[in-house]
Amino acid sequence: MYRQVTKFRNAISTILNEKKSFTSLRNLSSNAEDDKYKIKDNFEGRPLYLDVQATSPTDPRVLDAMLPYLTHYYGNPHSRTHAYGWESEAAVEKAREYVADIIGADPREIIFTSGATESNNIAIKGVARFYKEKKKHIITTQTEHKCVLDSCRALEGEGFTVTYLPVKTNGIICLEELEKAITPETAIVSIMSVNNEIGVKQPIDAIGVLCKQKKVFFHTDAAQAVGKIHLDVNSMNIDLMSISGHKIYGPKGIGAIYIRRRPRVRVEAIQSGGGQERGIRSGTVPAPLAVGFGEACRLAKQEMAYDHAHVEKLSKRLIDRLCGSLTHVIRNGDDVETYPGCVNLSFAYVEGESLLMALKDIALSSGSACTSASLEPSYVLRAIGADEDLAHSSIRFGIGRFTTEAEVDYTAKKCIHHVTRLREMSPLWEMVQEGVDLKTIKWSQH
Amino acid sequence: MASKTKTLQLYRTMLRESSKIPSYNFREYAIRKIRDTFKQNKQCTESTVIQNQLKEAQRNLEIIKRQAIVGQLYSTEKLVIEYTT
Repeated sequence: MYRQVTKFRNAISTILNEKKSFTSLRNLSSNAEDDKYKIKDNFEGRPLYLDVQATSPTDPRVLDAMLPYLTHYYGNPHSRTHAYGWESEAAVEKAREYVADIIGADPREIIFTSGATESNNIAIKGVARFYKEKKKHIITTQTEHKCVLDSCRALEGEGFTVTYLPVKTNGIICLEELEKAITPETAIVSIMSVNNEIGVKQPIDAIGVLCKQKKVFFHTDAAQAVGKIHLDVNSMNIDLMSISGHKIYGPKGIGAIYIRRRPRVRVEAIQSGGGQERGIRSGTVPAPLAVGFGEACRLAKQEMAYDHAHVEKLSKRLIDRLCGSLTHVIRNGDDVETYPGCVNLSFAYVEGESLLMALKDIALSSGSACTSASLEPSYVLRAIGADEDLAHSSIRFGIGRFTTEAEVDYTAKKCIHHVTRLREMSPLWEMVQEGVDLKTIKWSQH
Repeated sequence: MASKTKTLQLYRTMLRESSKIPSYNFREYAIRKIRDTFKQNKQCTESTVIQNQLKEAQRNLEIIKRQAIVGQLYSTEKLVIEYTT
């Protein structure tokens, strides 16, 4: 009797379980249907940070060096009459040595500024205006940062002529074209070391030699390069260089400009004031920021090889994962001459902004932070000749010192999922799968 | 060598203190960096170099301790990856 009851109970529970599993299956399928059109994933926690080209997290060791100067040592580094000033000054000078050290310069050639934008302004406008009586020509490239292009634009208004050199499809300039562009009128050539959007490294060595030979000043915006790749102002014949603090795990709001002393490069100051920083950048040097910047440079030099190996490994891992699971993925920029921490990929037939929306649990960007508010495709991608549609579908993955392997795996997994999902919804993708060449289609009658 | 146990002790203390850093990225970096540096310096035989490395490690241990506290004072929500794994 008892046995029969148990048997009966077991039978009932099996039926119930089956029913339960059936309903749960139905829920699952409707969830999957919902998921397909859901813009955002529901997630808990803060997003992962993969946008180190925009800014990098402040290294705790940098903060540790800064904290005393944000609390007890608050003296003005330019105060010469008391100990508060002296201790701040000593710290700022030590920081200047570290900054100089990372690019092989003399500390007296380093001027602290508010960041690379200000440094670029001082370099381009400062040199152009100082030598304007004799030289009225500037050369730069189409893929420079906005602040360089805008400084040149401003100078055009003052009567200077500017040559915006095109780049090849891999993002690198053509040296012959640069040589052709240099005239006796040319005052300065400004070409960035590492591009902020596509990570392409320009042939700084060769440009330096060419500029020296033609007796033209050579400025390089190295905000994305310092601390990441080896740079030496003397062996590379660099006359002026812009450096940024917050791209190398330092504090925001500080940078530096290197200005060569021998042979001397002269610049007209933009800011008038108390004549600090050899009169080139008046205004009190922010001692805590300078100390943090110096420490960031010291660490960057010390760990360059270690960090580079880490970044390279993760970068390869990310690209292998994505390209292993997805087709029609194009890497923007050169395959070899690129800093590995900047991976700019175009996922064809997927709109970049939709993908960014879907990947809200990962902090990514489609290009430079300065222009991320607009939906216009990046001018850098257009300059390398990327098709309009591919320029619209690009995503920049920034990998740095603090990125982990698990983060890269998570990003790759999410990215593959959403690219596949978005492509499934796309009529264009369907046509491509059917073998239609989209370029042959006439989209409108008129 | 007497300093061998001391080194090992320092290594363990550094890892233990690093695990108290609240930020996922900084914590993971500290642990990775400590492991790699000690492993790399294992073959080192020159006593002055070893002494300098130990001094540097001691300095870093102090930074880790302080920064773990700073991190705890201004802690934020955990990262999405810490919930999923």
